[in-house]
Amino acid sequence: MSSVDTKLTKLNWDSVWGGFRQLLPISMFVVVFGVAFGLAAAQSGLDSSSIVIMSTLVFAGASQFAALDLWGNQVPIVPLVATVFAINARHLLMGATLYPWLRELPVMKRYGVMLVVSDANWAMSMQAFSRNEPGLGLLFGGGIALWSSWIVGSWLGLYFGTAIQDPVSLGLDMVMGCFLLAMVIGGQKNLRMLIIWIVAACSSLLAYRYLPENSHVVVGALMGGALGAVWMEKKQ
Amino acid sequence: MSIGTAGFGSLIIILIMAAVTLITRWGGVFVMSFVPISVRVQQFINAMSGSVLVALLAPLALEGDNGARLALATTAFTMLLLKRPLPAIAAGIVAAAIFRQF
Repeated sequence: MSSVDTKLTKLNWDSVWGGFRQLLPISMFVVVFGVAFGLAAAQSGLDSSSIVIMSTLVFAGASQFAALDLWGNQVPIVPLVATVFAINARHLLMGATLYPWLRELPVMKRYGVMLVVSDANWAMSMQAFSRNEPGLGLLFGGGIALWSSWIVGSWLGLYFGTAIQDPVSLGLDMVMGCFLLAMVIGGQKNLRMLIIWIVAACSSLLAYRYLPENSHVVVGALMGGALGAVWMEKKQ
Repeated sequence: MSIGTAGFGSLIIILIMAAVTLITRWGGVFVMSFVPISVRVQQFINAMSGSVLVALLAPLALEGDNGARLALATTAFTMLLLKRPLPAIAAGIVAAAIFRQF
């Protein structure tokens, strides 16, 4: 595959708006995560403007929660950078997987779109591309939906955080997991892919157990990718 | 080395976090712009994209509570049956919520 169909990589107002609307349902859940983050951050001693600024500029939930564990009168910089990098390192892989389509965009747009990449919109756009449908509108428009919900949720958490007493008992901690699983199952299914997934899962679990914290996603993904590169799909 | 959270300290800490995260968002695209996209690279990318999700989910399924496992199993089953993500996600969450009430 030397170049992709340009219809797949169009990025105009309609496609962005379409992507925004498609990610709105899941964004409602992101608001709830944001509320949980705002509440937890306030309890860790962050002031309200810091909480909203963090969610706006960082926009990476898991790493923000992890940063709260390090928060105090003093924050140690090296552990902070290491933790944030390790948790967000999956973005590196997401960027790499999107590159065959992103390279059709001018450089400014290419990096601009990547500002709002996160798990849900990346998964949706990759699924669209795998069905030979356009995906950059989902990536960018969906990213804006997720990003704004994350900011609004974090801000709401400052005031209404106590309204959600126990998100875990309502199953809300499983939203992202179930969403991503639905994306996996909705994707390409054949014996080769199944074996690649099993290898990815096993290496992730081994890394989770025996390697430094937060390395499992990158290890599992790279092992799965490596197997895919060695065991190539037969050309149709 | 530490930074105090008083005054502008917390803003500096947040800017550091934002810079690190931005490097992860841009780094993969940047590196790939130097890699010729051969068929093999294409296959690597293709296999890796599903593997990212599987690697993220595996510890959740193995180390999570039974509510988490039931949620994932319900989502998987509903997704295979209906092939539509929203009902599948909703079914998974409801399953976890009901299970955890007891």
